Amino acid sequence: MIPLLSVSDLRVGFGRNPQANEVVRGVSFDLADGETLAIVGESGSGKSVTALSINRLIDFGGGRITGGAMKLKRADSSVFDLITATEPQLTGIRGAEIGMIFQEPMTSLNPVLTIGRQIEESFRLHRELTGRQATAAAKDALDRVRIPDAERLLKYTPNQLSGGMLQRVMIAIALACNPRLLIADEPTTALDVTVQAQIMALLAELKRETGMSMIFITHDIGLVAGIADRVMVMQNGQAVEQGELNQILDNAQQPYTQHLLQDVPHFANGSATRADGQRDTGAAKEPALKVDNLVVRFPLKSSFFSRATGAVHAVDGVDFDLMPGETLAIVGESGSGKSTTARAVLGLVRSTRGSFSVGVRKASAEQSALPVQMVFQNPYASLNPRLSIESILAEPVIATGGRVNAETQARMATLLERVGLPKNSLERYPHEFSGGQRQRLCIARALMLNPSVVVLDEAVSALDVSVQAKVLELLVDLQREFGLAYLFISHDMAVVERIAHRIAVIYAGQIVEIGDATSVLSKPQHSYTKKLIAAVPTIDRRHEHFELDTRQVPSLVRPQGYEPAPARWEQFGADHMARAEV
Amino acid sequence: MNYLMRRLATFPLVLLGVSILVFVAIRMVPGDSITAMLGTEAGLLTPAQRDSLAAYFGIDQPWFVQYWRWIGGILHGNLGISVTYGRPVLDVIVERFPLTLELAILSMIIALAVGMPAGIFAATHNEKLSDLGVRIVAMIGQSTPSFVLGLLIIYTLSAGFGVLPAMGEFAPLWQDPLRNLSQLILPAITLGFAFAASVTRISRSAMLDVLSDDYVRTARSKGASARSVIWRHALPNALIPVVTLSGIEFGYLLGGAVIVEQIYALPGLGRMVLDAIQQRDYALVQGAVLFIAFNFMIVNLLVDLAYVALDPRIRLGEP
Repeated sequence: MIPLLSVSDLRVGFGRNPQANEVVRGVSFDLADGETLAIVGESGSGKSVTALSINRLIDFGGGRITGGAMKLKRADSSVFDLITATEPQLTGIRGAEIGMIFQEPMTSLNPVLTIGRQIEESFRLHRELTGRQATAAAKDALDRVRIPDAERLLKYTPNQLSGGMLQRVMIAIALACNPRLLIADEPTTALDVTVQAQIMALLAELKRETGMSMIFITHDIGLVAGIADRVMVMQNGQAVEQGELNQILDNAQQPYTQHLLQDVPHFANGSATRADGQRDTGAAKEPALKVDNLVVRFPLKSSFFSRATGAVHAVDGVDFDLMPGETLAIVGESGSGKSTTARAVLGLVRSTRGSFSVGVRKASAEQSALPVQMVFQNPYASLNPRLSIESILAEPVIATGGRVNAETQARMATLLERVGLPKNSLERYPHEFSGGQRQRLCIARALMLNPSVVVLDEAVSALDVSVQAKVLELLVDLQREFGLAYLFISHDMAVVERIAHRIAVIYAGQIVEIGDATSVLSKPQHSYTKKLIAAVPTIDRRHEHFELDTRQVPSLVRPQGYEPAPARWEQFGADHMARAEV
Repeated sequence: MNYLMRRLATFPLVLLGVSILVFVAIRMVPGDSITAMLGTEAGLLTPAQRDSLAAYFGIDQPWFVQYWRWIGGILHGNLGISVTYGRPVLDVIVERFPLTLELAILSMIIALAVGMPAGIFAATHNEKLSDLGVRIVAMIGQSTPSFVLGLLIIYTLSAGFGVLPAMGEFAPLWQDPLRNLSQLILPAITLGFAFAASVTRISRSAMLDVLSDDYVRTARSKGASARSVIWRHALPNALIPVVTLSGIEFGYLLGGAVIVEQIYALPGLGRMVLDAIQQRDYALVQGAVLFIAFNFMIVNLLVDLAYVALDPRIRLGEP
């Protein structure tokens, strides 16, 4: 039995001297008909380069295949050599026999062409369909990925659709000509967790229907449990381990695989929450941050002069308090209002209504009068590339009217050491640091003013999984040491479980459930929290069947003067309540 | 449509601003129409003669009265009378404008026909020798002054081939198209060369940007050929900067190209304005500047409408 795809000793290099700059260094695997291989690894492991080499798209990304063999069994059972194939031969293979979907659905579709034309193109290229036939085929392709109202959607351009819908369109394009191999390169990484669950469910269903083979690239080993037959773990351009799914997940042999399985945050339904720093709301304790009925609305106007006709209710009546030394995680999906809440607390957006009091009580005497600081999501974009680390750390001091003196210098040195960066970092520039190190710098910058509250807006989301774990550890240590209160904004349940004492689930601008982390994660009460938790991939759920759900996120646009109905709360346990559902 | 109306409504405001600027600026130039017309003999005029000439030109009034009269005239479709030509300003401009418009259009056609393919070629042969060649030529094109190129063309043709560019009375397109083209093709090439160089550079860099975008990779993963990737997927996305540049350059060309008109002895807007300034022909300068500003606004509007046609993400008129 010839495998569908056979890769042996694949080597890929970049630059003027590809032999010397190999990113993939001798990868071998076979893929049988109908089989799904998951390639797992962190950024820089060579997993995406391996994927792009299979259909030779790597040639356009500056890469060169420097050695090895890749053979594809074609539909007529002839064997096609992917290494020696010419570009015209390859265009006949791409899309027809090998389909591919990518990480960023928002940027992977051509912004100036309609959805219809982009799907029709595949049929035009490989099936010689034109005109009405191509349109009909495009509509069928959309029906197949369970997109409602496909006919209308064909006339849309990509900017009119959400990320989840666009990824479905991408899948429709990739599967248009029934390829026998689908390469999915981190297809759900840019999506919300509930949307991710839907896309995974869709891929599993389509695989069953068509019997295609799949190569699924991901950094999240939890995600592969639901879909893979076999797993290959990559590190530094080499396959460190490969085998059957159960064998890898239950009985990993290599230390790196074990590290990915154990040290990296995985969601554990509330059994891995923190045991330290229990909430103490005794009479003597004042919260470090108290937010009362926070409302943020953005008025909608049809033109500059006309009156507002409605408003986007980004945050609609949010209350919580945050004790010193405590972490409150705000979880929710994109567009739920979690980041707007954080920005309002910092004064980065104006709140329409509501009050918050900050630093009512400081945890220690030396905490400053400017008590809230922030760490942002993208460490690559939130450090000015033209400033040295010294200037970056001095910035908050200067901005608040302080002076850079011996005391400031001493604090810089202490903090750098504390966040685990070398002493000589001060005169260096951001580009000399890795993503994880940059995020440590951002944390040091946030601590320069001795804040009582630190807002962490998706602070570890952009980091590799094993770096994530270390930064989380650092955050916990710093919290204990300085008595910091964290407002931790995240969409990632596994990360939240590791750092939160309490969790607030936010949906459509309102908190729907709030309480003790263990209680919320293990016994969710609100239907949305349940849905959110059910969508988190874990290594325990193997080949589990997700229900497809094509409902869209509700619109937050409300007519002028709209006020939400007052919340009715139901109490579950000492510190756990959920909004009553109508 | 709503957007178009609102956009057109801003035109009078802009023109008002331009009118004040040009009115003040031209009066800051020392000297007046009488001296400019009569030269040193103006000193021989008696005060009475001078006063009556001043009254004839309307420059005896205070500046705000002059401005008011001028604006009032414009509202009635009267841009005033040119002192040098003794004819209505509008007639003079309308007579000169077709040549300028034709020259601008011809140069733009040359620029786009040469510059875009060259830019696309360079982008798809990035960092190869041919790319370097295109970039060097484009750099030369951008940095060579038009009079150097113009003289070079005339010299090469006459000294090298004994051919003289068509001189003499200018023939409008509708009277003698062949003679008209033979008169305009060399000036158009002279102007179009630098224009093409800019188009080459900007379309090269726009194409390079676009070719590394994710959707181009998607198109390749579908099995699209190299040609289809360039023309169908990349080019439409790379057009916006090209349109922006072309709009600005075209707008400038509609104001006349003084040096090229001078070299090829063409009666275009540029030379007319230059002469009018030297003659202190206030009405003609003012009228011409308003006319040029109006053209620029029309071109800008067309550019903005082109954006909408090119990119569905761009919506006009939303705050």
